[in-house]
Amino acid sequence: MNIMRHKNIYFAISLFFLIPGIFFLLRFGLKPSIDFTGGSLLEIQGEGLSDNKVKIAELVGDTYEISLVQSSGDDQIIIRGKTISNETKDEVVAKLVEEYGEIEEKRFETVGPTLGKELLMKTITAIIIVSVLITIYVWKQFNEIRFGVSAILAMFHDSLILLGIFSILGYVYNVEVDVLFVTALLTTLSFSVHDTIVVFDRIRELRRRNPKLSTEGVVNIAVLETLSRSINNSLTIIIMLLALVLIGGESIKWFSVALLIGAITGTYSSTFTAAPLLLLWEEIAKKRNK
Amino acid sequence: MLKQLRIFILIIILTLIAGFIAAPDRVPINLSYKNFSYNQEFVKPELNFNFLGKPVTTNWQLKKGLDIQGGIQVVLQADMSEIEEVDRVQAIESAQEIIRRRVDLYGINEPLVQTSINGDDYRIIIELAGVTNSSEALQLVGQTAQLDFRLQDQDKAQDPEATQSALFFFGTFEETGLTGKQLKRTSVQFDPQTNEPVISLEFDSEGTKLFADITKEHNGEVLAIFIDGFPVTTPIIQTTILKGIAQISGGFTVDEAKQLNIQLSAGALPVPIEVLEQRTIGASLGQESVAASVKAGVAGILLVMLFMILYYGFKGFLASLALVVYSILTFAIYKVMGVTLTLPGVAGLIISIGMAVDANILIFERMKEELRAGKQHAQALELGFGRSWDSIKDANLATIMTALVLINPLNFNFLNTSGLVRGFGLTLLIGVLISLFTGVVVTRNFLRLFLGK
Repeated sequence: MNIMRHKNIYFAISLFFLIPGIFFLLRFGLKPSIDFTGGSLLEIQGEGLSDNKVKIAELVGDTYEISLVQSSGDDQIIIRGKTISNETKDEVVAKLVEEYGEIEEKRFETVGPTLGKELLMKTITAIIIVSVLITIYVWKQFNEIRFGVSAILAMFHDSLILLGIFSILGYVYNVEVDVLFVTALLTTLSFSVHDTIVVFDRIRELRRRNPKLSTEGVVNIAVLETLSRSINNSLTIIIMLLALVLIGGESIKWFSVALLIGAITGTYSSTFTAAPLLLLWEEIAKKRNK
Repeated sequence: MLKQLRIFILIIILTLIAGFIAAPDRVPINLSYKNFSYNQEFVKPELNFNFLGKPVTTNWQLKKGLDIQGGIQVVLQADMSEIEEVDRVQAIESAQEIIRRRVDLYGINEPLVQTSINGDDYRIIIELAGVTNSSEALQLVGQTAQLDFRLQDQDKAQDPEATQSALFFFGTFEETGLTGKQLKRTSVQFDPQTNEPVISLEFDSEGTKLFADITKEHNGEVLAIFIDGFPVTTPIIQTTILKGIAQISGGFTVDEAKQLNIQLSAGALPVPIEVLEQRTIGASLGQESVAASVKAGVAGILLVMLFMILYYGFKGFLASLALVVYSILTFAIYKVMGVTLTLPGVAGLIISIGMAVDANILIFERMKEELRAGKQHAQALELGFGRSWDSIKDANLATIMTALVLINPLNFNFLNTSGLVRGFGLTLLIGVLISLFTGVVVTRNFLRLFLGK
């Protein structure tokens, strides 16, 4: 079976997911959470709250500059707005208690704008450090520039897909990008190279043992041999993450979704992006030489 | 074979010890079937013993993060514009000390009060678990320390009640008008004659005059220093001091003197603080999420085991056993290391369970190939392990590197220090490391023992 022959199909599948995501990223960007922009979030539970979101926004609007009121469960809402002090929050809650009776404060977060900017810098630094570390590592590991570059392109492919999907989710469901999303992104980077390294390890080993085989042949065998391992391994991680997304509760739902997307695209890209890219590189190099 | 048996027994013992640590302190069992009922609560015995001369107690508890048990996190920014540059570090440490004192008096379990200095930003990070009344908590931590000097009333001090009731004792002191405002600086110094540590107080011109008056008229009386209405030290005036530089001596150890100095300088160097960030999480939100996550984790483990058994048969069953060992070990290590479990941490744990069988799958697939190539069973087993090891090691190194960046163990200022992110990184790292052990060592032993021949 020569599965590498269809590499254009694999690239097409990637593009099918990449293009809408990139479009949304460029057109609408991501919805940063208060972690990055500063602002406040108040999650409260009480009878009748979810049904009166517009009224609530009007009711407390004069003391609290609100950007969004959304439901977060039964009789539970999240109010988002500008940074407010604890006293203002108490006023807001008092007003709502007057109108709707007993209210339970589930969560209140308020972040000053300077802190948000700092965190943004910190996360960008973390992304750069992880990418550079992984790049150097893959490079050293395989000692050949095409291995390193292919692995890293696959890694970018995964990050872009994750970012793109969250841009779409942000546009459609107001899903925000917070510190945990960045954590999921970094984990995706490591998921991505995790599988790629296994495939590349096999390519290297096969080449050593069968120096006469063509590169395409070697890559093909390596991919075939690692495919069931790759799929099975990801399947176990995907089972765990799927359980977490479906029954794991609200607080970390989107974090789990991000990890799930990362795990899936990380598996796909090792076999169907990184390995074909390696071949593509070889073909282009050959044509140049002619 | 004997060697394998020995390793096997070691693994079992290790798992039993870990299981003991991991088990909850109380396990209530309530069974009822028709008219038969069984109610019994099992209480884990607490062992105290000496190991290598050090006392060991088995009372390990799983620490829960703020997002799980509810609580308040506040980041305060100190305004240092009025404080000279040389004094700033001491000022922030004093503010920290004062906040810690108040929090302790309030009776909060394991509070966290940290300072963070980054360039010109002087901050205090406070985490109060279990506190959800944010107004009260902010009042507790957000106020600048109030220091003042009070003289003890001689007559009231004679009253026997003064030695019994703290409140009455506090009431024997009267304000003098001398406060932290007139105090310029405090420092620890050493008495050139006795070489004992003493605390030196330096007043400004107004304070110098006031202090001179007080010491002149009340020689021999107690002049206490109060912070936030509580006396921190009660020295006796020995002599009239006109120059505005006083010393408190009292047979301090160096540490005691340092401690007192930090407290006093909070009055001398009061820094206004403002709230930069505040997060209050109600207790119910986290508990609901944890309960849901635990359910998800258990469902996930069972599915993974089912998958392994269906796909790999008896080998898969052995890998599932190794997974049980993995779960128990991981949990025990969380307790022993004092890992603070957060919701993202739970997610990290759950993913790591999925990743733990990775090594097994790699090895089993390799074995299949070797068998297909016509190798004997035992030989395929050893080759499978040998050849997989490189891939396993290489592939996991990337995860370990990422986890380390997330944990930021060296506390770099340019990296994240958020507890949530660290929690995830830590559980991921522990997971990968233990899975290397269970996925390779434990499974290999099980396979050699039960399938080796």
